[in-house]
Amino acid sequence: MAQIDPSNRGLRLAARYAVLVLIAVIFIFPLVFMVVSSLKPDQQLLSDTGSLRAFLPVGDIGLGNYAAAFQRAPVGLFIFNSVLVTGITVVLSLLVCSLAAFAFVFLEWRGSGLLLSVILATLIVPFETIAIPLLLIVNQLPWIGLDGLSTGWLNSYRVQILPFVSDGLTIFLFVQYFRDLPRELIEASRVEGASWWMIYRRIVMPLAGPVLATAAILKFLVMYNQYLWPLMVVQEEGYRPVMVGLQYFFQLNRAWGEIMAYLSLITLPVLAFYFVLQRAFISSIASTGVKG
Amino acid sequence: MSRSRLTQSNRAGWAMALPGFGLIAVFIILPFFLAFGLSFTNQRLISPNPTEWVGFDNYRQLMGLGVLTLEPERDEAGAVIRDEDGAIEYPRLRGFTRGNPDYAHLDGMREWLSWGWGEDRVVVLARDVVFMTAIVNTLTFVLVVAPVQAAIALGLALLINQRLRGINVFRTIYFMPVVVSIVVVSLLWRFIYDGNDGLLNNILSALSFGVFEPVDWLGNPGTALPAIMAMSIWQAVGFHMVIWLAGLQTISPTLYEAAEIEGSSRWQTFRYVTWPGLRNTAVLILIVITMQAFALFAQIDVMTGGGPLDSTQTIVFQAVERGYGKQDISGGSTISVLLFLLVLTISLIQRYLTRERS
Repeated sequence: MAQIDPSNRGLRLAARYAVLVLIAVIFIFPLVFMVVSSLKPDQQLLSDTGSLRAFLPVGDIGLGNYAAAFQRAPVGLFIFNSVLVTGITVVLSLLVCSLAAFAFVFLEWRGSGLLLSVILATLIVPFETIAIPLLLIVNQLPWIGLDGLSTGWLNSYRVQILPFVSDGLTIFLFVQYFRDLPRELIEASRVEGASWWMIYRRIVMPLAGPVLATAAILKFLVMYNQYLWPLMVVQEEGYRPVMVGLQYFFQLNRAWGEIMAYLSLITLPVLAFYFVLQRAFISSIASTGVKG
Repeated sequence: MSRSRLTQSNRAGWAMALPGFGLIAVFIILPFFLAFGLSFTNQRLISPNPTEWVGFDNYRQLMGLGVLTLEPERDEAGAVIRDEDGAIEYPRLRGFTRGNPDYAHLDGMREWLSWGWGEDRVVVLARDVVFMTAIVNTLTFVLVVAPVQAAIALGLALLINQRLRGINVFRTIYFMPVVVSIVVVSLLWRFIYDGNDGLLNNILSALSFGVFEPVDWLGNPGTALPAIMAMSIWQAVGFHMVIWLAGLQTISPTLYEAAEIEGSSRWQTFRYVTWPGLRNTAVLILIVITMQAFALFAQIDVMTGGGPLDSTQTIVFQAVERGYGKQDISGGSTISVLLFLLVLTISLIQRYLTRERS
């Protein structure tokens, strides 16, 4: 406070930035290394790890590893599966969870309090503790498809989608958000004779932009990064998502260049998405925290 | 009167909440209770034999522990017998754990830990040594990662909370690994940790001008789990930084102004203004990190497969290996129940320790 020496202040500012940059390097360099390595032939990739060249796109640069990765595994199919499963789950989840939250917040009905407490209680159950009995359940669930009635959901899209459509956290986020909306608006529409479905669609959902973005981003991250569950329930190549598809790449003849190419391929779109929407990403994580 | 009739509708309420609640009931609540039920049976995924009720057998099989004190072998004169190296000789363990009717409770157990006690030797036996190792590893992981990660995340949040030009760029970068899949991160770091061409060895060797001897980080029982801890913290710390940051921003700026006027030091400001304002955030962060740390699986599956020498076995890895790998649904369910009880206990303890003292 007392002495405002400009050079001293400049020095301290520089020191602050130096610390920030140093930490940034720790977070960013492994990812830079991944992308840069994906462009190099294996031999150069390995010899480059001994120097700063590991982080620079220099030498024999090309997309050969990407072509080889597509040769080794049906990469396009894995990406298609992941995008499909993630997309459908996100959309269904927004619909189902917002509807339920709408009923809990705006409607009065018998059992509503109890049901909501039960749903919120599931928040303390980590997925990992129910995965094994869930495997038994989905193995015995019936399904009516085009070819009639069948039993067992293993190796399908639905087994990757339906267990994750509704969850306590998403419903909780919608409930929190809806509680802050003015109730008079809803009551006034009821007086004018609007149906509940109409109020949900025409009044509440158009106001729900921020919470929809939050819920969608959280669900997207969970679904795109699924690993344990598809590992257990999908053995057929045709339904495999990207993370499980990785197994093709750490088999006997390990080609690090191809691995880095595959990792970059499945990660860069998410990172690009993140950079464009970073404010929404960060605030969606933060919103899971503030209200706990 | 009119207000309640306007918003009262049993039929509409149930119809709108039912899809969400129904899916949770089938895919979360049912398997949760089923886990308890199955843990008392011998259910397998596919089995020709009917399922039987086995009581607490699965729990006994997993958690069975016994302690045995071995007295040294003595010759006729009563002197302790030693081998050529001077080490005391003890009776063989097998004499106690294989069909000895006097020690029926130890039947089928294996040595887990042992240590010397005077001339005697104390041996802790376990019915399932691998699972015991998995519990210890998981608890070690949680007890190290939870406080360290929470502290680093708080440090980063305080750094990011400064008013500096371009600070948002740094926030974006620190958070970046969070959006990358832990599976991708694990495979990437397997290369970084590699014993021969690994990036980490090369960097350390360059920084120490060649003095540093390369370490096979994941192939060494002493370094494998710490290496996985460091990577896990690197990946997730941005997540908790953001939650801390949200907590920091709820603290009223007027409190800081008051502290400045009072001439409080930086540490005093943190201790008496910042930290009390972060109380609820701290509880939440500890519980979230703990729950995430207990679920440790993907890193193990991709990086070590539980090895070397079971040094990275974890509870969830064991549950999957049995429930899915060996199709032993009841065994996997029992582990799941034990995991849930562990998570619940730890969160209750954390809640108690960080409770509001009035």
